[in-house]
Amino acid sequence: MLTTGPYQERSTVVQASPKSQTNYDVIVVGSGAGGGMAAYQLAVSGLKVLVLEAGRTYDPVRETPMFRLPRQAPLLGAGTRHKPFGFYDATVDGGWEVPGEPYTNAPGTDFRWWRARMLGGRTNHWGRISLRMGEYDFKPKSRDGLGADWPMTYGDMAPYYDRTEMLIGVFGGDDDLENTPASSPGVLQPAPAPRATELLTKKHAAPLGIPVIPAHLAIMTQRQNADVLPKRIHPDNPLAQRVLAQSMRERQACLWATPCGWGCSVKANFQSTTVLLPPALMTGNVDIVADAMVRDVMVDATGKATGVHYIDKATRTDRQVTARVVVLAASACESARIMLNSKSALFPDGVSNSSGLVGKYLMDTVGAGLGGQIPMLENLPPHNTDGASGMHMYVPWWKYKEQAAGKLDFARGYHIEFGGGRGMPGAGFMGNLDTFTAGAYGTTLKEEARRYYGSFMYFDGRGEMIPNEDSFCELDPNVVDQWGIPVLRFHWKWSEHETRQAAHMQKTFAEMITAMGGKVTGTVQTDGAKAIAAGGQIIHEVGTCRMGTDPKTSVLNGYGQSWDVKNLFVADGSVFVSNADKNPTLSILALAWRTCDHIIAEMQRGNI
Amino acid sequence: MHDEQTPSMDRREALKVLAAAAACASIADGLAPTVADAQRPVQITRRPAKGAAPVASKSGPRGTPTDPDLITPKSPWPRVLSAGELLTLAALCDMIIPADAHSPAASTVGVPAYIDEYVSAPYEWAEIARVRVRGGLVWLDVESDRRFSKTFTALTAAQKGQICDDICFYPKAKPEHRPGARFFGEIRNLTQSGFYTSEAGMKDLQYVGNVPLAKWDGPPPDVLRKLGLA
Repeated sequence: MLTTGPYQERSTVVQASPKSQTNYDVIVVGSGAGGGMAAYQLAVSGLKVLVLEAGRTYDPVRETPMFRLPRQAPLLGAGTRHKPFGFYDATVDGGWEVPGEPYTNAPGTDFRWWRARMLGGRTNHWGRISLRMGEYDFKPKSRDGLGADWPMTYGDMAPYYDRTEMLIGVFGGDDDLENTPASSPGVLQPAPAPRATELLTKKHAAPLGIPVIPAHLAIMTQRQNADVLPKRIHPDNPLAQRVLAQSMRERQACLWATPCGWGCSVKANFQSTTVLLPPALMTGNVDIVADAMVRDVMVDATGKATGVHYIDKATRTDRQVTARVVVLAASACESARIMLNSKSALFPDGVSNSSGLVGKYLMDTVGAGLGGQIPMLENLPPHNTDGASGMHMYVPWWKYKEQAAGKLDFARGYHIEFGGGRGMPGAGFMGNLDTFTAGAYGTTLKEEARRYYGSFMYFDGRGEMIPNEDSFCELDPNVVDQWGIPVLRFHWKWSEHETRQAAHMQKTFAEMITAMGGKVTGTVQTDGAKAIAAGGQIIHEVGTCRMGTDPKTSVLNGYGQSWDVKNLFVADGSVFVSNADKNPTLSILALAWRTCDHIIAEMQRGNI
Repeated sequence: MHDEQTPSMDRREALKVLAAAAACASIADGLAPTVADAQRPVQITRRPAKGAAPVASKSGPRGTPTDPDLITPKSPWPRVLSAGELLTLAALCDMIIPADAHSPAASTVGVPAYIDEYVSAPYEWAEIARVRVRGGLVWLDVESDRRFSKTFTALTAAQKGQICDDICFYPKAKPEHRPGARFFGEIRNLTQSGFYTSEAGMKDLQYVGNVPLAKWDGPPPDVLRKLGLA
């Protein structure tokens, strides 16, 4: 059904032994946001692409537990170390531990490395929050002297953001605020109506000067217009228009149930496996090999990449494939690991590492949260608050002026994700009820549960971390994983910019909860170091192979192209120069697209 | 990808999902096409099986702890609580959530079985909970015997209530009742979880979500009025 017309004969089986296949133009390592986008963009341009995925195949249409209930799952669906985000979470063979694939921490470091070993990677379970980086975010060093600038401007990226949002389907509002840019007209889908908790927060945050605006999430509130959008996205590419139109027709709008983190069988939200890989495969130009754990990038005597080595997990044997171009999109830390493991006489410290910066400037997002009980929300009339599962509204960073005036004791900002309401009861349901009822049990407990149900809210800050010299990953000289591949060792340190920001979050959330007439349910931490989430815990790890304008201070140029190896590219979070408070996935997608345009142009020019 | 999925399996899986959707769709009138469309089996990776046999990773979940079957869940570990322990537990759960005009008692919706699953789980936290719960159940009988010369299950509701009153709130519990209060707090949390995730519990709370909607309307006017947002 995917391959019709003239493209059918080119849609051959995945090679039993890709060793025998010699005519791939590009090898893409990874199938998540960056890898999925690269596979799609390169395939619709007519290039022959091999995608190598370290995890198993995964089909959200068959495997998503739509409409399932906690009581149908073990332990009422609660998270365990095997399924950290709950039983129904889409993640396969993943979390902060992957069986047989350890990592280590240097003394004093508690970094958590999230991975998902499955087709589509963590795009299957992510939060779908899709915020653009703004004008300031690309030039942070020019503004406050910290970190480094990106080698491009927001203006360079805006068209890619527009096209990415149209391609994947993003809802949002048309607010155009300082460093919180609007999309071009007609790009976004309508934001869903706010929930009661969101409207209440907006009303009571306004007097505090805190703006509450529609969130941007990669969830479709309506079906995409398959007659119009593909032509707008790919104006001169009939193949791209055809496969994208077909892919869009197979996607449904949100049906307002089932958490997005479980995946979506109707393809209403963005997953690489429902949005990018299907049209990529429809071109007939893509082969995907799953359970293929890439070990290193091969280079020839002239210093050009020739392909990759990978371990076929099913047979535990080493394989190699060759291509004209290699694109690493294995996730920030995994791509760095592959490069560091790619040692040769020409590149004794790992491929593309003449700067010594591969693995360096690892960043995550600053995270801190606080809960509150809001009496106004007690005893509300029953109504459905499921919505698009994620937040419909959020708070963008709003204190640029105070910061410019030197009134804050930290650099950069955070946005606020918040919610609450009459959600589906699950494991741990109202676990703190006894503290509100002085230990009620019996029929009193049942009355109190009815009263308090839906009256709890949470506020989470997601803020910018400034890259520092003490946060990085390197190869552990003593440890290999079950595939014999040396593992990563992490080093991590927050600076005062991050811990003070976390303290500011706590203070702000307490003010918001109080303004709503509520009571904080936890402890308001004045010491940010106690409030801040561990490195890696927010799962926004980026950096490690940063872009730049100088080969001495960056690993890649502004197109994700290695300074040292012209036909080696990186198209995932590792290219990030800074980590704005805007969740990284949308930017990974847009950057990967731009990198692909450059690859195609360079191949056409005969440069690679 | 290289796994060939037979259409019959697709259809069977799709029907299962559809059935689950229908079972939950209390307001699904007029939505059938959406749901049917939604569950239409679509293969993203079907490829003609020409040439060399693909090296396939087996399609779908492998049934390991990190890759369980989400559509047909299993809770595979053996249960540890004895029949006698489950009876004592049921009596305590029903003190915490008894039947009232709105909904039945905790033990009638499987709460003791859930607690058994919880304390039997193959995780470190479960080992700790197992000791606390089993120890607590013994303590409960010892305390019942000390006060009333009977086991807990043989006590009248008033007698059970006397014990529960002493252990229902840790911050106010007397020093000699603190271990009992910790135990009671844990059982109360587990009972709340088990009860309010049951069909009867969700109905008691008037949870009305988890249904497919053709469109999303936001909160109804009476909610907005009550919050001063109308």
